[in-house]
Amino acid sequence: MSEFILRVNQLSKSFSGVKALDNVQFNLKRGEVHALMGENGAGKSTFMKILIGLMAPDSGEVLFEGESIKDFNVHHIQKKGISMIHQEILIVPELTVAQNIFLGRERENSGKKGLFSGWLNDSTINRKASELMQQLGVNIAADTQMRNLSIAQMQMVEIAKAISNDAKVIIMDEPTSAISDKEVSTLFDIIRNLREKSVSIIYISHKMDEIFEISDTITVLRDGKYIATKAAAELDRNSLIAMMVGREIDQMFPEKINGFGKKVLSVNNLNKKGKFSGISFEVRAGEILGLAGLMGAGRTEIARAIFGLDTLDSGEIQISGHKKDINSPQEALRQGIGYVSEDRKRLGFIPQMSVKENITLSSLAKHKKRFFISEESELYATDQMILDLKIKTSGADQKVVNLSGGNQQKVVIGKVLLASPSIIILDEPTRGVDVGAKFEIYKLIRGLAKEGIAIIMISSELPEILGMCDRILVLSKGKPTALLSKQEATQELIMKYAVA
Amino acid sequence: MEVNLNSRYPNISRYGIFLAFVLICLALALSTPRFFTLSNLLIIGTQVSINALLAFGVTFVIITGGIDLSLGSMVAITGVVAALFAHPDTYPLAVPLFAGLGAGLLLGAFNGLVITKSKVPPFIVTLGTMTIGRGLALILSKGRPISNLSDSFNFIGGGNILGIPFPIVILVLAFIICAIILNKTVLGRYMYAVGGNEPAARASGINVSRVKMWVYSICGLLSAVGGILLTSRITTGQPNAGAGFELDAIAAAIIGGTSTSGGTGTMTGTLMGALLIGVISNSLDLLNVTSYYQQVVMGVIIIGAVVLDSAGKTGT
Repeated sequence: MSEFILRVNQLSKSFSGVKALDNVQFNLKRGEVHALMGENGAGKSTFMKILIGLMAPDSGEVLFEGESIKDFNVHHIQKKGISMIHQEILIVPELTVAQNIFLGRERENSGKKGLFSGWLNDSTINRKASELMQQLGVNIAADTQMRNLSIAQMQMVEIAKAISNDAKVIIMDEPTSAISDKEVSTLFDIIRNLREKSVSIIYISHKMDEIFEISDTITVLRDGKYIATKAAAELDRNSLIAMMVGREIDQMFPEKINGFGKKVLSVNNLNKKGKFSGISFEVRAGEILGLAGLMGAGRTEIARAIFGLDTLDSGEIQISGHKKDINSPQEALRQGIGYVSEDRKRLGFIPQMSVKENITLSSLAKHKKRFFISEESELYATDQMILDLKIKTSGADQKVVNLSGGNQQKVVIGKVLLASPSIIILDEPTRGVDVGAKFEIYKLIRGLAKEGIAIIMISSELPEILGMCDRILVLSKGKPTALLSKQEATQELIMKYAVA
Repeated sequence: MEVNLNSRYPNISRYGIFLAFVLICLALALSTPRFFTLSNLLIIGTQVSINALLAFGVTFVIITGGIDLSLGSMVAITGVVAALFAHPDTYPLAVPLFAGLGAGLLLGAFNGLVITKSKVPPFIVTLGTMTIGRGLALILSKGRPISNLSDSFNFIGGGNILGIPFPIVILVLAFIICAIILNKTVLGRYMYAVGGNEPAARASGINVSRVKMWVYSICGLLSAVGGILLTSRITTGQPNAGAGFELDAIAAAIIGGTSTSGGTGTMTGTLMGALLIGVISNSLDLLNVTSYYQQVVMGVIIIGAVVLDSAGKTGT
């Protein structure tokens, strides 16, 4: 038996002449956690799609247990033992945990033969599902309805499903993008547990800390090309970033260069039952206020309420010293508050629309001549934003869905900027954004602060909060626990108050 | 696998439907000499006009991600209301017209109001309005056709301007106005945004409820234009008129490339869809195919158009 369960040689794939993968190699050992790194557009997703049989390569070879895969077909490859835990979890919320795990394989798992195998009996699959959960060391009842689980728990179910498929290779695409720190550590326990059972994991994430914590080996792709494979122990953060972007990033966070102006936004004792209470803070022109806390600390909920997406139970919002009632995003934008949501796909952009149509959506009234939209005015504003924010697009008419995550985010920020806000709330502004684009977004945020915009920044990445924010409000379970200055804040201190 | 969402102007349905339309017209011109005559083309235009008006209205609604099933009933009630005021030597022509249009606008706004306030799906709300509208039409007309309408009123559906039937003039005007609303105004852009991604539209500061109020009201108004045209053409206010019209209108929009999941569609596409339906039923008439077969053919075309459209989207 070879040391490698999966070998990929000289894999290439082009889309309408553009090489998405160019002679990529990849070797996966049995029972290792192998991180696949690269910026968005580096070819990771194309690579994954070939591995799980969603598309066939143009040339090259994929050897699974020494045998060349000829038939790139999802079911065929899943049967061989490669499974993927998707970024967006695919489940049927109305069904139970067990029913989801055995979905599509009811007959084989009904414990009956022939004609009667279609006669379903939940007790058999419940028992099998419970065994799987035990194997994983997770405590989820097999007959729970899927809709009642947290995202992290759903992920565990997906993993259980992969194992029930006898998966020998499990691909995890950004598995921690939507789960809390505590849940991340449970996930990592499970991954280590799988590793001991000789299951190999291909792990994709943008979060450096995680990569170094969990992975044994790291392979880097850049612009569709294979760059290198190294043991994780041989690398550090900076050398890894350098490999990914092809240059050194000595300074991840740009220097603060401006002072503060007048108080722009102040909120007083905001309350929303079950979400947050007693929230008071103020932000001055040019200041970046960080909101830190764990998942469920109420950060996004506060942002949504200030922006008028949700209603407050009580509390007061003042803008430049005047009390305002904000009951819709429309009103918030009119009062100069812009919001860049953490949920870009759902709240950020309209997929059918172009860069231009998305970017002017919040400021269309400004691009109007009498009754009609002025194309020139729109195009002018769009081209200006494309230049200012360095949006990589083939043009103003490119569809936003076809851009990379970082560039989609820039379009959303551009949309908010065109509405000329004096306050911008950035909710996880670098989620799902690759390293190079992250740095550009940081610079952009700094630039906005310099122009005198008051900024509230929500982030789960502590280095980002520490590197960018002038003051940090730490929340725990919907309540403020500390307000730290840039000087006194440390990762440990923030965590201490976040779990308080 | 990039998801190809260049479907706002879907190539296959934008050009495909045009191509299909031309091909069918050519085939018909070759198979029956009566097809490509001016008088027959004007007949088709007149026959298509009501369905096209309703289809324009429902295109707005479908683009926002909604649906309107009450079109046919609105045709009936607006026709009946107009007819009540259209007897000779009673009121000036403006009165039946505004009464009819007002009734349509009111019912459309009612749809919009219930849909935005209650969050009940448009399918169900307009299903209710469909029955309410039909009932009101029967109540107002006491269940009987309202005849004896004034000559000036009957001109609307039966008259000519320079040899062009008046319904065709209305059709062309309505098309131009609707296309401008959809492509050139903020309201039109907001319709695409609401249908494309409603939560994002709201978070972008769009008053989603107001957009919906607009589209259902416009839809009601266009149904009223259709109702008045029909009443005038058949010179009677018929409480039972317009049954099933909503489905023809939705069919025209869908054949024209409007996606029922919202966010995509064009007025040109819908016009083509309505014309295609009109041409086919006209030609089947000319070829002496019974109306039973016509229905089968129409159904095949609806499904075929959407199959082609989705095949185009997945890039196969």
